[in-house]
Amino acid sequence: MSILQILFFALSAFAIGSAIMVLVSKNPIHSVLWLILVFFAISGHYILLNAQFLAIVNIIVYAGAIMVLFLFVIMLINIKKDSEPQKQFLVKLLGVLAGGSFLTLLVALIRQTEQMQGRQLLMKDGVIGLIHPLGKVLFTDYVVPFEISSVLFLSAMVGAVIIGKK
Amino acid sequence: MPIQYYIFLCLALFSIGVTGVLTRRNAIVVFMCIELMLNAVNLLLVAFSKMFHGLALATDATTTVGIEGQVFVFFIMVVAAAEVSVGLAIIVMMYRNTHSVDINFLNRLKN
Repeated sequence: MSILQILFFALSAFAIGSAIMVLVSKNPIHSVLWLILVFFAISGHYILLNAQFLAIVNIIVYAGAIMVLFLFVIMLINIKKDSEPQKQFLVKLLGVLAGGSFLTLLVALIRQTEQMQGRQLLMKDGVIGLIHPLGKVLFTDYVVPFEISSVLFLSAMVGAVIIGKK
Repeated sequence: MPIQYYIFLCLALFSIGVTGVLTRRNAIVVFMCIELMLNAVNLLLVAFSKMFHGLALATDATTTVGIEGQVFVFFIMVVAAAEVSVGLAIIVMMYRNTHSVDINFLNRLKN
């Protein structure tokens, strides 16, 4: 087993375990902290795939900004740990069953798909994940969507302020 | 590394997100599970971009085939950041009106 495979399986187990802990934690603050660990594991996967720009952006934007926003809102509205009403056991069981059967169905489907069999993906080679090629594409071919996303940010900011004010 | 490993990992993360949306009642935790699903899709997009890049690299050493996948992941992150700001504002407004973040209160949206 090569070092890449060991890293892949370790990071995958880390990501899935943390993702399950997001669900089973009663306290929302613990869920946020586990979700930050999931994002770090996914950033590790990006580094394995040599997508260095996305790895850093994932840490800065998701683990840094978005999760701090979640923590901020949870602490602002001061939910008590025990005040969250629990769903009935039957509803929870049905939810887990639905999620599990969704996973089983798609895994069975992917295992049979011919296009996905024997396909290898490039792990540490290739330069498309570095800042220079990505920036070149982003500011030539995708410059219009890039500018539109700034308008989207502006409208989201105005919307958040208006919703939060009243 | 076979592409199927990455597909299975992303499917597992996505299904955990789906299960969370179905089983939890706290609106903030439901929202976090949606973020988890978005991240699973991002990881899969990067994996596919590397797969097609590896195929094209065999014939042309300077190709940038597959870079679109990573540009799309960048745009998904942009949209997710905007979505989170608006969504959390809605949750705060909901808490101010009902003093709860239980999603079952949302079925009273009509009055």
